[in-house]
Amino acid sequence: MELVSAIGIGIIAAAGVWLVLRPRTFQVILGLSLLTYAVNAFLLSMGGLTVGAPPVLESVEAPDPTAHADPVPQSLVLTSIVISFSMTALYLVVLLTSRGLTGTDHVDAEEAA
Amino acid sequence: MFDVMSRGVGGPVTGQLVDLTPHLPVLPIVLPLVVAAFMLLLEERRRIFKAGLGAGTMAALVLVAFVLLNAVAGEADGIIVYRLADWAAPFGIVLVVDRLAALMVMVTSILGLAAFVFAVSGWAIVSPRFHSLFLLLVMGVNGAFLTGDLFNLYVFFEVLLAASYGLLLHGSGRARIKAGLQYIAVNLGSSILFLIGAGLIYAVTGTLNLVDIMRVAATLAEQDATLFRAGLAVLSVAFLTKAGVWPLSFWLPVSYPVATPPVSAMFVIMTKVGAYVLLRVVALAAGVPETGLVEFLSPWLLYGGIATILFGSMGLLSSTQLPRIASYATLVTAGTLVAAVGTADERVISGALYYLIGSTLATGAAFLLAELIARLRPVEQADAGVEPVFGDDYETSLQTDFEGYEVGVAIPAGTAMLGGAFVVAALVLAGLPPLSGFLAKFAIVSGVMNGGTGLPREAWVLAGVVVFSGLATLISLMRKGIDAFWKPGEENVAEVRSLEALPIGILLSLCVALTLFAAPVVKYLDATSAYLADPVEYARDVLEVGE
Repeated sequence: MELVSAIGIGIIAAAGVWLVLRPRTFQVILGLSLLTYAVNAFLLSMGGLTVGAPPVLESVEAPDPTAHADPVPQSLVLTSIVISFSMTALYLVVLLTSRGLTGTDHVDAEEAA
Repeated sequence: MFDVMSRGVGGPVTGQLVDLTPHLPVLPIVLPLVVAAFMLLLEERRRIFKAGLGAGTMAALVLVAFVLLNAVAGEADGIIVYRLADWAAPFGIVLVVDRLAALMVMVTSILGLAAFVFAVSGWAIVSPRFHSLFLLLVMGVNGAFLTGDLFNLYVFFEVLLAASYGLLLHGSGRARIKAGLQYIAVNLGSSILFLIGAGLIYAVTGTLNLVDIMRVAATLAEQDATLFRAGLAVLSVAFLTKAGVWPLSFWLPVSYPVATPPVSAMFVIMTKVGAYVLLRVVALAAGVPETGLVEFLSPWLLYGGIATILFGSMGLLSSTQLPRIASYATLVTAGTLVAAVGTADERVISGALYYLIGSTLATGAAFLLAELIARLRPVEQADAGVEPVFGDDYETSLQTDFEGYEVGVAIPAGTAMLGGAFVVAALVLAGLPPLSGFLAKFAIVSGVMNGGTGLPREAWVLAGVVVFSGLATLISLMRKGIDAFWKPGEENVAEVRSLEALPIGILLSLCVALTLFAAPVVKYLDATSAYLADPVEYARDVLEVGE
């Protein structure tokens, strides 16, 4: 499971990096979205990958930490999803404003000569 | 109720009021947040009320910062640890006010107050919701200075960045949108790096408290230690980007000059956030010498800082417009600070902190002055009839008309006041005697030459580069000064209103005061860097081991 997860995150991140380096704003925003997906998945796996383990203790008597998933990365991911989602939305607005003001979707706000 | 560890805070306040003293450390974050949220409920037309409320908030923050500063300055190990919801560190989130954090909050509040008052005189109304965004930026910066938690640091970084996106685009216009596109993309990228670094560090240490991270780092096995270093390196790249260290600084000279003047002035503190975090990390890493983290990080900081100073100096020499000059001066400052952190030497860091205060205030004043000076020759570009030599002459197109909205009365002798203010700012930035810039650079160079780095070759290079950057700043500002004030031609009496003159006057007279009262300031800063050099004490205070 670790290997599949690592390869998957790697592919998404690589695609994101490639897109971020492209000259069109739409490609950049897709790239940033992919990168944040990759980072969120990466963060989630930082607590160790478990299947079917609850993050919250079910009984306070003699809790067994090994039977539970680490809740901290999950809360971190929740925060980072919210932040990256809103930042992407903001970037989308700037992107559209730039397109409207300059008539081009190049990241330099002008076509390369 | 909160049971707050509050050594250093003065005795309980007498009277019927609820004793707020233990909660002072959280005020620099909560106060701007609450006021900003409240302002969103007010309609845009009530700008006088909003301006007064915002200025009052900023003034209150200066007061809070002053009380905090006094509280931590009083004791040998001045530190206040504020546990949010009273969860003990490292399980809960803590705010830590030590001398360094209190100083940074103070500088932020003063600069913020000045920039806000300046903005109220005109720029605040060119786009909606300026006041809220500005206060949120202040909240993010204060939070980043105060937090003792890595993930909380990320959240505060995002708060200040989100506010800065809005502020950079404030006033709109083609140049700002273009700069905003690149600025936002770069910062989203560096936030992604921040998360990767924080994730890696959490994976190997299992904690997010900065002090606890370093404690665990000392006990890591070999393969985990390698992963930890990788995480710290990725994290540092994110901080270096925010600090504006070459080659991660190309976003800065394109975005700062096009922002509205009060926003650019406030942005000066944002590069200091990056430098502050690096200083904090290096200081904490020094507490666990067995990890070798200081030796791992400091060469990068030292060489990166030197390269940044050189890049900033070149930029200074190639700029003719004051906003751009001030942007490159910001880069030079950032480079000097990061290089000083890289020396990991007590004396150098004390000098660098002194440099930080003076240069932040002076650069902020320079950004504010830039707009007033531009009024002296509003038609200069059109009259010249020649192509600009340098590609930075586009600011004039951004001037916005404030017809019918003027706050305050015009002060007499506007041009003379501008000239005087310009000279003071130039002296501080270039590091010439008699003002604080000279003392600061002297302290840095003297610390470096007295074996600060332990590397004689690097010491000479750093000292030489610092002196050279002063020369470059001087040449650049002198050229601009002659062009603005002495060049014969169509004379235009500058109309400076009182609300515009006041913040510049405050910032620059503080620069002068910093020189006049250098002894107590330097004493405080020496205590700061001595405390930073003793991270074991800091760690014990934060974690309360044995409690």
